Amino acid sequence: MVVLNEKELLAQEKVNNPSLMKTIWREIKSDKLALGSLILLAIILTAAYTSPLFIDQLELKKVHLLTTYKSPSAEFWLGTDEGGRDVFSQLLLGTRNSFTIGFSVTLIAGLFGLTYGLIAGYYGGLVDNILMRIVDFLMVLPSLMFIIVFVTIVPKYTIFNFILIMSIFAWFGKARLIRSRGLAERELDYINASKTLGTPSWKIMFFEMFPNLSSLVIVNMTLTLAGNIGLETGLTFLGFGLPSGTSSLGTLIAYAKNPDIVQNKWWVWLPAALLILVMMLCINYVGQAVKRASDARQRLA
Amino acid sequence: MIKFIVRRILVMIPQLLLLSLIIFVVAKAMPGDAVTGAFMGNPDVTPERIEEIKEKFGLNDPWYEQYGRWIGKAVQGDLGMSYAHKQKVTSLLAGRVSNTVLLAFFTLVVTYLIAIPLGIIAGRWTDTWADKAIVTYNYFSFATPIFVFALLMLFLFSFVLGWFPSGGSVDIRITEGSWEYVVSKARHLFLPVMSGALLLTYSTIQYLRNDIIDTKLKDFVKTARAKGVPEGKVYTRHILRNSLLPIAAFLGYEITGLIGGSIFIESIFSYPGLGQLFLQSIGTRDFTVVTALVMISGIAVIIGTMLSDIILSIVDPRIRVE
Repeated sequence: MVVLNEKELLAQEKVNNPSLMKTIWREIKSDKLALGSLILLAIILTAAYTSPLFIDQLELKKVHLLTTYKSPSAEFWLGTDEGGRDVFSQLLLGTRNSFTIGFSVTLIAGLFGLTYGLIAGYYGGLVDNILMRIVDFLMVLPSLMFIIVFVTIVPKYTIFNFILIMSIFAWFGKARLIRSRGLAERELDYINASKTLGTPSWKIMFFEMFPNLSSLVIVNMTLTLAGNIGLETGLTFLGFGLPSGTSSLGTLIAYAKNPDIVQNKWWVWLPAALLILVMMLCINYVGQAVKRASDARQRLA
Repeated sequence: MIKFIVRRILVMIPQLLLLSLIIFVVAKAMPGDAVTGAFMGNPDVTPERIEEIKEKFGLNDPWYEQYGRWIGKAVQGDLGMSYAHKQKVTSLLAGRVSNTVLLAFFTLVVTYLIAIPLGIIAGRWTDTWADKAIVTYNYFSFATPIFVFALLMLFLFSFVLGWFPSGGSVDIRITEGSWEYVVSKARHLFLPVMSGALLLTYSTIQYLRNDIIDTKLKDFVKTARAKGVPEGKVYTRHILRNSLLPIAAFLGYEITGLIGGSIFIESIFSYPGLGQLFLQSIGTRDFTVVTALVMISGIAVIIGTMLSDIILSIVDPRIRVE
């Protein structure tokens, strides 16, 4: 018999039970499409987030009458818009803003849905019943209409208001998901043992139940991130998104409301539309790989 | 069975009350009210006169009295006046409702015409090239935002190829009821319907494929095969009978997606329906119309999910226990 000391045992344990991040990475590496998506996404986001370093943002707010609607050239890679502003720079800044907002909404809604679902799942019974009836009701609201109405009636409209309004309607599904898994988790011995030891409820919820549900949360958040970016650009496209002056990918696509631009000045809106499409597909491919990694039966690697 | 249905219908009552209450609160928070809106910019009407009229119409009463009056009128079909269009909200909606219903109906029909055969093919011939193509298509339809897809459709088929009109619901100067009228209507509907339907297929294909893959390994299917039932009949008689029924039940849930989608689709194809009216009314701050539209959409979703639950309980008796 081989005698292992404690250190070696711990090391062995680590090899046998790789962390979620390691499993995800292994899964992505074995799926060429997901790996390609991740690399492409990394390139797009690096370009978008470093763009403020070499783009003169003040210049982008000025109107240049001499260069309106120029088609793509060496000077303006993707041409210019109605104010003579460079479309390519706006595309990069727009990607940055759209991604940041989509990410914030996913994070806020994720945290709230997680807390709500944990409470419902941990306590069960009457608490669960009341909390879930509320979610059932909220889920049937026509959320897109409500978001648009809220955006219009909020006084002193800012980006933060916009993120909050979107988050209000983004957590229902997460709460339900966490709650259903939480209900199963609360019956397990480790929770009962912890309760008997007198651990406060909030500690059990966030430090004992949550780590066991974390893979579920990560999968759900990756998959909804794409949806939230899509919703933000869609709302900005309709004119109920980012306040004017802050560009989003939706701002550029909104130019396509004018038939002349759709037909003859494709460089203003088409690149933004295609970029959204590519980003959504990439995020979803990565998301599917993450989903497979979290479920041992589905893993490819 | 009947007990379940009655209980499910009773659940609707607090849902509808809560919906109306939320909408009422939001409507009160909207800037301006019907009276101020109607007389805005009219120099003959002094602020004192506006106060008088407000008092007369009860706009200064406590909120619960106003709510009671509003809901009482709404139940009787009086949704107030639109000041931007200077007509009753109900008659304004009446002119638009048929367009949106037509759009939603054909979108659903086309969705199922595409999704059911594709779902069956992918489920029956798993891991063939056809299955892989369908799964890839499903990836696309899940990931693509509807407004981006609709715009690309508009750009390609209407502007580049010129096959379909780019907006409206029917050509002008065509007499209603003629064959030409029907053709023109169909040509205007084609792109909006396809833009919605091609993306809406996602959940049905996904469900059908997974369900068929699960069912075809079950014992009763093996028994049927062992008895020598031909493969085609195993599917039509045994597997599909189980897998197709729940799709009818998801119909109600699709309504939520349709309402959200119609706002984008109608705006992009300038299709004169309720979604377009909603955006226009928000733009002109015509809040009586906005309130009415949110209310109607909310009711449509509540009734839709109720129907879904009832159909599902008929199809799958296990649901009733809950």
